[in-house]
Amino acid sequence: MDYITIDGRCVPLEGEKNILMLIRKAGIDLPTFCYHSELSVYGACRMCMVEDEKGRIMASCSEQPRPGMVIRTNTKKLRKYRKLIVELLLASHCRDCTVCTRNGNCELQSIAFKVGIHNVRFKNTKELEPIDISSPSIVRDPNKCILCGDCVRTCSEIQAVGAIDFANRGAKAKVCPAFDRPLAETDCVGCGQCRVVCPTGALSVKTNVTDVWDAIADPDTRVVAQIAPAVRIAVGDKFGMPKGTNVMGKLVAALRMMGFDKVYDTNFGADLTVMEESKELAERLEKGENLPLFTSCCPGWVKFCETKYPEFAKNISTCRSPQGMFSSVVKEYYKEQDEADGMKTFVVSIMPCTAKKAEILRPDNFTDGRQDTDRVITTIEIIRMIRQAGIQFSELKNEAPDMPFGMASGAASIFGVTGGVSEAVLRHLMADKGFSAFEQIKFSGIRGTEGIKEASFDLNGREIKIAVVHGLANAGRVLEGIKAGELHYDFVEVMACRNGCIAGGGQPLPIGTRTKNGRIEGIYQVDRDSQMRVTDENPIIAQTYREIIAGNEHKLLHRAGIEE
Amino acid sequence: MLDKSYYEKVDEIVAGYGDESRYLIPVIQDVQSEYRYLPPELLKYIAEKLHITEAKAYSVATFYENFSLEPKGKYIIKVCDGTACHVRKSTDVLNMIRDLLELKPGQNTTDDMMFTLETVSCLGACGLAPVLTVNDVVHPSMTPEKVTELIYELREEAQA
Repeated sequence: MDYITIDGRCVPLEGEKNILMLIRKAGIDLPTFCYHSELSVYGACRMCMVEDEKGRIMASCSEQPRPGMVIRTNTKKLRKYRKLIVELLLASHCRDCTVCTRNGNCELQSIAFKVGIHNVRFKNTKELEPIDISSPSIVRDPNKCILCGDCVRTCSEIQAVGAIDFANRGAKAKVCPAFDRPLAETDCVGCGQCRVVCPTGALSVKTNVTDVWDAIADPDTRVVAQIAPAVRIAVGDKFGMPKGTNVMGKLVAALRMMGFDKVYDTNFGADLTVMEESKELAERLEKGENLPLFTSCCPGWVKFCETKYPEFAKNISTCRSPQGMFSSVVKEYYKEQDEADGMKTFVVSIMPCTAKKAEILRPDNFTDGRQDTDRVITTIEIIRMIRQAGIQFSELKNEAPDMPFGMASGAASIFGVTGGVSEAVLRHLMADKGFSAFEQIKFSGIRGTEGIKEASFDLNGREIKIAVVHGLANAGRVLEGIKAGELHYDFVEVMACRNGCIAGGGQPLPIGTRTKNGRIEGIYQVDRDSQMRVTDENPIIAQTYREIIAGNEHKLLHRAGIEE
Repeated sequence: MLDKSYYEKVDEIVAGYGDESRYLIPVIQDVQSEYRYLPPELLKYIAEKLHITEAKAYSVATFYENFSLEPKGKYIIKVCDGTACHVRKSTDVLNMIRDLLELKPGQNTTDDMMFTLETVSCLGACGLAPVLTVNDVVHPSMTPEKVTELIYELREEAQA
């Protein structure tokens, strides 16, 4: 077998595209800023440099392995170079680490420490640039950018959005939208995947933590929380628990300790979505209109479709997202009580997603002009709040969410992973609701990490074709295929983020393969642990339709101004 | 909003190359030679035609010194500041022109849109140092006196 020698050890070649992959396989954690296995190779940061036996230096990320190569990863020369490179990066970098959102979780910080920099000899002569806070989802601080280009490549290669790119050259080079416009005025969909790959605090989640603390402190405000499916399996990450551990019970306890008045479950909203979206699919199939039906749960996808493919906007489900349905129903539920008590209900939505922060501001998600969800805070923000409150999270005893909106089916819980929405809708639509029927759905090909998945089902006598897509670049490919008449589907589920919400823009970092797999498994475990595997079995859903929605499906559960 | 003719011009230029992203540079070169600059309003339109994002087109347009997103004057004066010209006092020539054109610091184009002053790193005519070009016409062995005369002539020519 062919091999190369890395630091005196033989490493077999098994189809690796570059030397860096082999180095990592050999168990050496070579630092990098600009290398991500899902992205194209950029070779900009020069941290992964290695030395061969002739003393030649090369960037291992962009060097093809050849059998017999002998390389070293940690020589005197390399240590010196690496240190100098990081020192130069720090020289033009804002070094206010103590007040940075990435403090303690920053790759630049940790690599600077790792290579042993304790002093920067150079002054930062760069002029201070304004921080872009225009987007409701993402904050862009150019002063912290190290020009690794990870965000640029993610935005264009994975998401096909291309809202940001490099501008200028040399010392004036920077990453920004065209004409350095505010992010809010671009095609940015707010997915936050740029922030997931950013090694520094140059791109970060726009935080709403202070607003939530203020609402909690106000005695006249009833603060109601909803917790999204992908949050419960990610919070534990930052409290020393294994990846993908379901910490819903502890999370509920923590929120109550912080002072939330009611703690509910977004999964209940997902169950409502299953009901409405299934109904919509059945109607469209019957009429043969506006097919395929596209899911509308993911706000990043909805904006992408509206801006880049407006001709398909009519195919998007008119349903509000689970978050939106949940909030309008809860506001309706407390309406009379609020008036009687002189209270105000304030819905805080805890989401894995940065785009959700923009979704709640869309007027088509309002009910009679009322903004239903008051604030969205992401997983990392709720972790921050738990820490601010001084709660020893891992020591908490599990508690159950409040009733009635704390009860949900297992079908709702899998909304947090790609394929989940389709699976939940199918379980609801299939006449056979036995265990083996669900197993068939599971193995139909709609689960898994492949970017575009296809399946077809016999739905009570009629064959329906389904596509499950994640990553907006993949969504673009599917839309192009449909436009060209090459692809034909009845139902298309799209999640903007690869693998779905478990890897959303508001989730704790880093999000590597191990983390993703852990979280996916965690989500499916929640489903397996549920006594109710299908929405139909959730008794609160029927009760809600009867007592709260009471014929107002269109007003409360669908986007305003859109005809069904 | 630009006049419709600008967009039609872009259509014409793109049609000459094809609507592929690899033609971005020749397309914006042609647009620039048409209008003496690259109208920023056109960048989004060009990007859409070539199936790339506006941010990508902006990236390319700002990378190359040769592209200008700001309107340029009728006469583009390029003063060489390469090594040979520099040691033969091109700075004096440059400063003289700045004074004559009454350019404020950071300003490169006169308010009447008549002149744009640029420096270039080398025109490849070191034997003629210090050298400058006016709309690609070479003027060799410049001195502050000669350049005063030149600007005077150009102004007269423009008025004629």
